[in-house]
Amino acid sequence: MSSPSAPPPTPSPPSPMKEAGARSTTRLGDRIFSGLSKGSGIALLVIMAAIAVFLAIRAGIAIAADEGNFLTTFEWDANADPPRFGIAVLLFGTVVSSVIAMVLAVPVAVGIALFISHYAPRRLATPLAYVVDLLAAVPSIVYGLWGALYLVPRMTGPFQWLDDVLGWTGVFAYDGTPARSLMTVGLLLAVMILPIITSVTREVFLQTPKANQEAALALGATRWEVIRMTVLPFGRSGVISASMLGLGRALGETMAVATVLSPSFLINASLLESGGGTFAQNIASQFKEAGSMGRDALIASGLVLFLLTLLVNGAARLIIARRKEYSGANA
Amino acid sequence: MAKRIDVSALTAYYGAHKAIDGITLHVEPASVTAFIGPSGCGKSTFLRTLNRMHEVTPGGRVEGKVLLDNEDLYGQGVDPVSVRRTVGMVFQRPNPFPTMSIYDNVAAGLKLNGIKYRRSELDDIVEKNLRGANLWNEVKDRLGRPGSGLSGGQQQRLCIARATAVEPDVLLMDEPCSALDPISTLAIEDLIDKLKTEYTIVIVTHNMQQAARVSDRTAFFNLAAIGEPGRLIEVDATEKIFSNPSVQATEDYISGRFG
Repeated sequence: MSSPSAPPPTPSPPSPMKEAGARSTTRLGDRIFSGLSKGSGIALLVIMAAIAVFLAIRAGIAIAADEGNFLTTFEWDANADPPRFGIAVLLFGTVVSSVIAMVLAVPVAVGIALFISHYAPRRLATPLAYVVDLLAAVPSIVYGLWGALYLVPRMTGPFQWLDDVLGWTGVFAYDGTPARSLMTVGLLLAVMILPIITSVTREVFLQTPKANQEAALALGATRWEVIRMTVLPFGRSGVISASMLGLGRALGETMAVATVLSPSFLINASLLESGGGTFAQNIASQFKEAGSMGRDALIASGLVLFLLTLLVNGAARLIIARRKEYSGANA
Repeated sequence: MAKRIDVSALTAYYGAHKAIDGITLHVEPASVTAFIGPSGCGKSTFLRTLNRMHEVTPGGRVEGKVLLDNEDLYGQGVDPVSVRRTVGMVFQRPNPFPTMSIYDNVAAGLKLNGIKYRRSELDDIVEKNLRGANLWNEVKDRLGRPGSGLSGGQQQRLCIARATAVEPDVLLMDEPCSALDPISTLAIEDLIDKLKTEYTIVIVTHNMQQAARVSDRTAFFNLAAIGEPGRLIEVDATEKIFSNPSVQATEDYISGRFG
């Protein structure tokens, strides 16, 4: 190998330093390794591009053939001729159930993480952390069965109570039918995303510099004030990242939602009554009976889920980047 | 208001390990007292018993008395949180809060007491303490910037401003210059000289020239062997300790024969 900047070969014997320097760029191991890592990087881009192109083409076919409006139609008759389908109900159901899950899970997860990292005695903290991690090891179909067989019948009471107190808003109206609703799904999703959010936040909280916590203590801060002054701001971007990981799982969760939810292509103003659907649940429920056009329609809905996830992650990155210089990463 | 500290028969433990043993010492108000001694002799541990930071370490506990103007810091029903509000501390490594601006760092302690300050009051306190820490002119145009963007010496002066903003009676400094270059060290030493009119200052240092330069009284700590608890060997006026100490070990340490 020669580069334009390399000195011309000289008759004088090269010094050992020079020789080593010249050889280091062409050493076999280095070349193999750099080739491997470059190859992996390119492979990732190729695979992503292939998936995107495949999704876009099939989705394009379906959307072009759609007799209804892809964004606003409250219907999913993709196998009919002509096909009529729209994602409005799925988008609503996916976003609403995930938002419910986040609202319920994030505060609890932050609380558990703080308890494990700053309050619990070590003898309690270690097993507790282990139990939380164990929650993540339960397969989602098991969560689905638990949700359908255990959670749904037990939600009737609380839902009735919510109806009594907040029923007038319409959002919490309840008709007493089995609670196979977006609210129950959201609750189940909250349990499912709890472990990932908890363990990531816990790790971040534990990394709060001791020097900063001592500085707060020395100013006369109580334990809670130490947490508010140092741990929470330091862990802020970590909590956001952890929440996004959880949200990603909630948005894409399939089996648990499909097992619990009683789907319909209507948007019910009440979150407690059954109905609605999510992207992933709809794909799982309809895929088997779908014809060629039906599959393309499902792929189109999958593409929207993909874009939604991308959007959410982008937003999270923006939030984190905006306060980067205060993040404590440079301390 | 600067206050007097009277320590009697103070012993501190880390779990079963006795770190310092039976220390009795008086610190004069509005003066600088330096603690010197070899590494591991318990100077820092002793310093941390003076604002009850020692007990923050798991297993840390204390026997004996520390009187701050006749009030026992370890008395029954004394809240360590309120002790730390009266006895401020500056640490070895500058540790401004990385998530806060320069302004918020100085104001951090004021937001703890549950008192709501008006913005203008807060502005005045921040300016006064940054001036007091000889930092105002360097940062007045960038109070909203993060404190972690300052140089090490500036960060340490910011930490001093943060500690003085809550108007403590005593200021403890745990090797405040050990992470700083000579020019920043000089700036901190000038500051200590200025602050001693208002605060009782206790400073731990490994730098004997520094002890000689800044302190009025010097206490020498030593330990019999590794693993043995640290003890106070002697405490006296700084000129006396550095010219004619009463204990041979002090002279050996100061003249560099050991440690």
